[in-house]
Amino acid sequence: MLLSGAEIILECLIKEGVDVIYGHPGGAILPTYDAMTRYPQIHHVLCRHEQGASHMADGYARATGKVGVAIATSGPGATNLVTGIATAMMDSSPMVCITGQVPTGAIGSDAFQECDVTGVTLPVTKHNYLVTDVNELAYTIKEAFFLARSGRPGPVLVDVPKDVQNAKCEFHYPEALVSLPGYQKLPPPTEEELTAAAELVRQAKRPVILAGQGVILSGAGRIVREFAEKTDTPIAFTLLGKGGVPEEHPLSLGMMGMHGTGQANAAIQEADLLLAFGMRFDDRVTGNIKTYAQKAKKLHIDIDASELNKNVKVDLGIVGDLRTVVEALTPRVEETKRPEWWSTLKSWIQDTKDRCIGEREVEDKLLAAHVIQDIFKFTRGEAIIVTDVGQHQMWEAQYYPHERPRTLLTSGGLGTMGFGMPAAIGASMGLKSSNVWAIVGDGGFQMTLCELATAMQERVPIKICIINNGFLGMVRQWQEMFFDKRYHATPMLSPNFTKLAEAYEIPAKRVTARAQINETLSWAEQHTDGPVLVEFAVEQHDIVYPMVPAGADLDKMIRRPAMSQV
Amino acid sequence: MSNKRTLAVLVENKPGVLDRVSSMFRRRGFNIDSLTVGRTENSELSRMTIVVDGCSKRLESQLRKLINVVSIDDVTSKPNVTRDLALIKVKVNSDTRSEVLQLCEVFRANVVDAATESMIVEVTGAEDKIWAFLENLEPFGILEVVRTGVVAMARGNRAVSTKEYKPRPYRNGSTPQPVFATSNGPFVV
Repeated sequence: MLLSGAEIILECLIKEGVDVIYGHPGGAILPTYDAMTRYPQIHHVLCRHEQGASHMADGYARATGKVGVAIATSGPGATNLVTGIATAMMDSSPMVCITGQVPTGAIGSDAFQECDVTGVTLPVTKHNYLVTDVNELAYTIKEAFFLARSGRPGPVLVDVPKDVQNAKCEFHYPEALVSLPGYQKLPPPTEEELTAAAELVRQAKRPVILAGQGVILSGAGRIVREFAEKTDTPIAFTLLGKGGVPEEHPLSLGMMGMHGTGQANAAIQEADLLLAFGMRFDDRVTGNIKTYAQKAKKLHIDIDASELNKNVKVDLGIVGDLRTVVEALTPRVEETKRPEWWSTLKSWIQDTKDRCIGEREVEDKLLAAHVIQDIFKFTRGEAIIVTDVGQHQMWEAQYYPHERPRTLLTSGGLGTMGFGMPAAIGASMGLKSSNVWAIVGDGGFQMTLCELATAMQERVPIKICIINNGFLGMVRQWQEMFFDKRYHATPMLSPNFTKLAEAYEIPAKRVTARAQINETLSWAEQHTDGPVLVEFAVEQHDIVYPMVPAGADLDKMIRRPAMSQV
Repeated sequence: MSNKRTLAVLVENKPGVLDRVSSMFRRRGFNIDSLTVGRTENSELSRMTIVVDGCSKRLESQLRKLINVVSIDDVTSKPNVTRDLALIKVKVNSDTRSEVLQLCEVFRANVVDAATESMIVEVTGAEDKIWAFLENLEPFGILEVVRTGVVAMARGNRAVSTKEYKPRPYRNGSTPQPVFATSNGPFVV
């Protein structure tokens, strides 16, 4: 039977198991939107801005591990997707974006709503396509999904001109495995690599595992934990690695890096072996690269060969699927106990506990860290937390230990403000869960707050917690610490958030004291037929401790005074 | 000594491939010394010769990530033939003409056009030979130079084969077959 290009797109989505797509219609994608009326199996979510659509698809993908799909029209529709695509690229999130394009005959003529979208998105996609022949459409979409979810996942964009959406051809979805001559198959680790790796572990006295998002993406949590237990090795997490192994495990040191724990950073600097598992030595993780982990040999396992020796020179790099490699490595390492190393680590852990503000009494002030800590306790650490970017994000990372993979969704690599709320919508829809909490700041929330309408229209039961400190808090913190307290362009006026929610007919409450937190959270939890919003009016001049100033040595942390010194 | 590497890169002959390669070089901060691209004996594939300054391992792994890049061969590490071609328009008069012709003979360059006050000579060779030739012509007055950039090939029987490459079965209805490339190990998914 002859199908139009538009129908082929939707048939392909169904074959790929897509049940929900996020988008915004417009001229060049209208044939596909029209065809949607004949495909009720696919639920289209109307976003208020295409950036929201790409974050929702991203949130859906991060929460479920399935490919998220965003759809937009040509020109401005497509360019609005770009921030979300770049966000997904940096954090290896599988996503397929379908964009309309002006008809093939008009391409290159500066037609209405024309933009070279494959050109614009070239550096921020894993791969992209401009389909100029309807006969190539089905295969291209098959390939796009394959690329998005295989290897190191990432966003793939398919640009489809309007005339290609209207043109007809026979539809056969290719069932066979896609073959790509330039796409590398991952060979299993070699005997030499495994022997060398086991020898590094055998010689180490002070090893540390650096667990990145690769642990989560390859499903390696269980085996990494087994490896750590067998070799008595502490585990430090990257921001995106949180939850790969339970963070309250006795071997956990918590998060590493700029706002990481004292023990994680000190351990890295003192270590004689770093076991980098599916992470990429981002500058926020290493601090000053010249003084980073000088005493340590480095064993790096990553699925992406280009990450090896990119930022940090490694002694042994193994390219491969993390789970496969660690599964092969674990039987080769000896059962070890490291009492000396752990007695040092435990003194650092105790020091961090002394400085922790979670249980400290603070009069007359509502602290963001307390809000996060109370949300953690209230949700028993079982919620899916989606954050925005800024101080609240770091407090979340410090005060909400995650026990399971895919329970913290956050924009780590690109640091995209505005990510939180739309990504929470995608996550909640993907998981069909009402236990998704968007923790956002007053700054980032206002970048994509138009999606409140989307959440309401779709009745998505997310819990939106705005940590409102009246500032662009993280920027304010940098101004306080490094720019002589010149608070320029960071104090911000916000709308009355509860009234704003009311305008969207979203139930909302405002919290000003710690005593109100629990009852408000349980009030919010009861709403499962749509979004709720809670605003926390927190202390304005608060600082995320500890902090490694950008470019400083990792162990030169600015820390909060210990309890005994207060 | 220079740290230059010469890579022979097979890429799929698709729109935008050159853009993908050059954009990666730019955004990752690699310096391209020279880049040439042309068709191969297989019409589905093009071959690039890329000369870069330093860090070829990092560059190779970034290149390999591009979906349209089929194989990469670092020919610097093995015996190789590299050639650059230049057309040079040089000023001549009745006094200097024979001297220039003599130089052409030494460098095995061909005169491909002659006019009243100038001639075009064509010279082929490794880069340093071209530089030497240009240096020798300089005193006569060089009016115009155009160079192709370097093309390179490793010596010996081993070849970067394009034969096994089959285009992806984009056309509707056909069944994709697994594809093998020989030179740098399996690229089968």
